[in-house]
Amino acid sequence: MFDAGKVIIGLVIFLVLITFPVWYNATIGNASYVPDPQIITTAPACVAPTAYMKASHMDLLNQWRDDVVRRGNREYVAADGTVYNKSLTKTCMDCHSNKAEFCDRCHDYVAVGQPDCWDCHIAPEGGAR
Amino acid sequence: MRFLVSLVAVLVLMGAAYFGSASSGGQYLFGVIIPYAAIALFIAGVLYRVLGWAKSPVPFRISTTCGQQRSLPWIKNSTLDNPHGTLGVLGRMALEVLFFRSLFRNTKAQIHGRPAFRFVYGADKYLWLGALAFHWSFLLIFIRHYRFFAEPVPGAVLGLQSLDGIMQVWVPSVLITNVLIIGALVYLWGRRLVNPQVRYISLAADHFPLLLLLSVAGTGAYMRYFSKVDLIGIKQLAMGLVSFAPVVPDGLAPLFFTHLFLVCVLFAYFPVSKLMHMGGIFFSPTRNLANNNRAARHINPWNYPVKVHTYEEYEDEFRDVMKAADMPVEKE
Ligand code: HEC
Ligand code: HEC
Ligand code: HEC
Repeated sequence: MFDAGKVIIGLVIFLVLITFPVWYNATIGNASYVPDPQIITTAPACVAPTAYMKASHMDLLNQWRDDVVRRGNREYVAADGTVYNKSLTKTCMDCHSNKAEFCDRCHDYVAVGQPDCWDCHIAPEGGAR
Repeated sequence: MRFLVSLVAVLVLMGAAYFGSASSGGQYLFGVIIPYAAIALFIAGVLYRVLGWAKSPVPFRISTTCGQQRSLPWIKNSTLDNPHGTLGVLGRMALEVLFFRSLFRNTKAQIHGRPAFRFVYGADKYLWLGALAFHWSFLLIFIRHYRFFAEPVPGAVLGLQSLDGIMQVWVPSVLITNVLIIGALVYLWGRRLVNPQVRYISLAADHFPLLLLLSVAGTGAYMRYFSKVDLIGIKQLAMGLVSFAPVVPDGLAPLFFTHLFLVCVLFAYFPVSKLMHMGGIFFSPTRNLANNNRAARHINPWNYPVKVHTYEEYEDEFRDVMKAADMPVEKE
């Protein structure tokens, strides 16, 4: 092999970078962690089916925001006929008042972090960080 | 034709994963077995190719590069374009790898002007711009994906992500690299379709990687902005893979398996394709060798010891005969 020293250094760098997740999680990381967002409300269900909420709640929030701010429409009728006020603080955070144990747990896991919503909207006392 | 073949190939791959992941067996296949196989092929393939290159000798320094080489002290030399030492080579390589300096010199031959037609070489920076936009976006997207493969997510990944979403339009925030990569790929592929000269020299092996990358970026962006997928479950799958304890959570979307499968195809295809220029660029003899041909002697690595028969030996052998024929000899 020609220039063996340089080639091997290059290959080692390549291998270290490409296997980053393996050694990171085996040393510093915590591979088996799974977030468990705490539901503290006694209400039987969310404003939409759980599977939809899990993946698409930001769509719903976006929709609500547009409806309220642009169309002045504050009424949301759930599939079971319950009427909700389209509000982040007053509705979502009323049932999910534990932001840190609910929203944040998921968001930290997949690196959403703190959505900028909380720059303006108020999170319930005690739930805020 | 060649682009149709590639298009059909990508569509078939997408269909295979989309419909193949319907059963739980299929999910295990597309979620665990194929990713492991693809990454193993990728790593083994890259090592094989790189070691193969490292075994090929480079006979001498190629000095036909784009600047004045160092010679006499009063002739100005160009340290970056025609370096004579390691530092200059490092600079040239860094500029090449990070900013595609050679591509920046890309020119385009055109017939210009009326009524006097002239053949001119004009600058053509679009290819360079498209390539730069694509490669940098791809790198940043690759690094951003570590959010699914590391727990806790490293701060650098978080920082990169918030920088990428700095425009703060839409929920979830539109990421700049998403727009750039799709735009750049559409341009790079469009160029191969629209420009007749480039179209003529484009093979299926040129169309296919572009379409594959486009389908990877397209499915990824579609999941993020439109269809939405269960990211918590997806991260569980990814973490299971990297900690060698794979689990396939229920209810992952077929589109996610499609995206994952396309990425696996990309990984597996990488070492046997033109994409290996990722490693190849480091082995470019016109970029990575200092031009010190005049200052240092370079011996061709495949020179074998040549058997020589010197004049002295010749004379020793034939001295008697030479003397007998009255020929002059050096040693009596
Ligand atoms: C009436 C009370 C109530 C309101 C209002 C409410 N939720 Fe829920 N939410 C729940 C309950 C109860 C569940 C658990 C459902 C289940 O376990 O099937 C839940 C589940 C969820 C989940 C899925 C959690 C998981 O572990 O998978 C998300 C995400 C969520 N809610 C977000 C929201 C958002 C965003 C809003 C405002 C748009 C909202 N919720 C409004 C009661 C509520
Ligand atoms: C720049 C400050 C600001 C930011 C950031 C912001 N909002 Fe708002 N939002 C407002 C204001 C002001 C209203 C109008 C309140 C009203 O009329 O009741 C509002 C209204 C809403 C409403 C309907 C009314 C209500 O009571 O909630 C929703 C839902 C909403 N925003 C969601 C969001 C979400 C989700 C985010 C983060 C992605 C977000 N907002 C970020 C300022 C902001
Ligand atoms: C089941 C886990 C889970 C829970 C619980 C949850 N989220 Fe999310 N949230 C997510 C995921 C996953 C995303 C999308 C991340 C992405 O696309 O990168 C997201 C994204 C968002 C976004 C868009 C952020 C952005 O910058 O794009 C908002 C706003 C949001 N969530 C609000 C909430 C609120 C408010 C709550 C608590 C009431 C909540 N979420 C609870 C998982 C969760």
